[in-house]
Amino acid sequence: MTALAALIRRDIRIALRVGGGALIGVLFFLTVVVLMPFAVGPDLALLSRLGPAILWLGALLASLLTLDRLFMADHEDGSLDLITMSRTPLELACAAKALAHWLAAGLPLIIATPVLGLLLNLDMVATGAVALTLLAGTPALTFTGMIGAALAVTLHRGGLLMAVLVLPLSIPVLIFGVAASQAAIVGPMSFGAPFSILCALSLVSLVVGPFAAAASLKHGLD
Amino acid sequence: MRLCGSGLTCVRGGREVFTGLDFDAAAGEAIAVVGRNGSGKTSLLRLIAGLLIPAGGTIALEGGDAELTLPEQCHYLGHRDALKPALSVAENLSFWADFLGGGRFDAAESLAAVGLDHASDLPAAFLSAGQRRRLSLARLRAVRRPVWLLDEPTTALDVAGQDMFGGLMRDHLARGGLIIAATHAPLGIESRELRIGGMV
Repeated sequence: MTALAALIRRDIRIALRVGGGALIGVLFFLTVVVLMPFAVGPDLALLSRLGPAILWLGALLASLLTLDRLFMADHEDGSLDLITMSRTPLELACAAKALAHWLAAGLPLIIATPVLGLLLNLDMVATGAVALTLLAGTPALTFTGMIGAALAVTLHRGGLLMAVLVLPLSIPVLIFGVAASQAAIVGPMSFGAPFSILCALSLVSLVVGPFAAAASLKHGLD
Repeated sequence: MRLCGSGLTCVRGGREVFTGLDFDAAAGEAIAVVGRNGSGKTSLLRLIAGLLIPAGGTIALEGGDAELTLPEQCHYLGHRDALKPALSVAENLSFWADFLGGGRFDAAESLAAVGLDHASDLPAAFLSAGQRRRLSLARLRAVRRPVWLLDEPTTALDVAGQDMFGGLMRDHLARGGLIIAATHAPLGIESRELRIGGMV
């Protein structure tokens, strides 16, 4: 446990320092959401209808932005070798790294959501609903994205490849995340059904992600 | 304790690096792996560390901790020093001590032993190559592991640094550890030579 706590602490610390990914993600989220009203035009009704989808897309892209460095940085400086050799199972180390990434890069997005909701003419209930679905859904984005990040290390290709691999996996999360938000805002569906599926997606990825990522890293030993 | 490899074959990128390599090392012994560039010195260390999978042959540690695998009982000091530029010297060392499970650990004392106590709050990004190497050596000292796998350990170290490192290795051997070092320069301690791939 000490080992995992140390790993989480280190990754959060690096993300929050100058040049770390945490602030970049939030700034990118802000930029995407701020640009949207300029593109769509000053139609308030349209904006509030598109609001949840825009927030979800922004959060999805922002969380992918920093995810490709999840294992790449450790691979480049040799830390990954030592992590692989250590007494901590690689699966748990992967889970700890993903958790740290979510805490440093995912959580700030959710905290920023109420502010950005104002820009999209969302009322309190709508903003709350989006923030709640992001809270339930972003762990799924991080933990499935981790598989792509591990493959990027294994295949020695960064960046773009990861986006191509991970985006299809995040489609279900996007569908149910936006569906749950819309249900809470306009109905007529109940909020519970899509929200439960969203939570289930997160729980499944929490279990599958670390094993798949560790298997990919082990397979790519060289 | 005894580390034995027999009939080791290593294939990298479809090319056979070495084949049928045998070696053994006993507790308290240092092996200097020598050979020309590309003869597979680093590959041998990575095979022992479990970071490469041998195409043939076996490696076994006799008399080690039966509960642990061989890589879990090794320290690996590679070309890449596993330091994070954003973290301070002390934070880098404390992380590895906690992660590798050193139990009680005194960062200030460890850094003083490798001559970095004056720089403990400095971000690792500002360290020179020699200082980075010293910080990596502090990791070997902070967490106890019976087998040390060292890849060109003396690179970038100044004369005082090499003396300090020699002392570190002698301590380790006196405690019954063993060292396998890939090197071109003299190691600075009594060692047995293992030659890979023909004459230099």
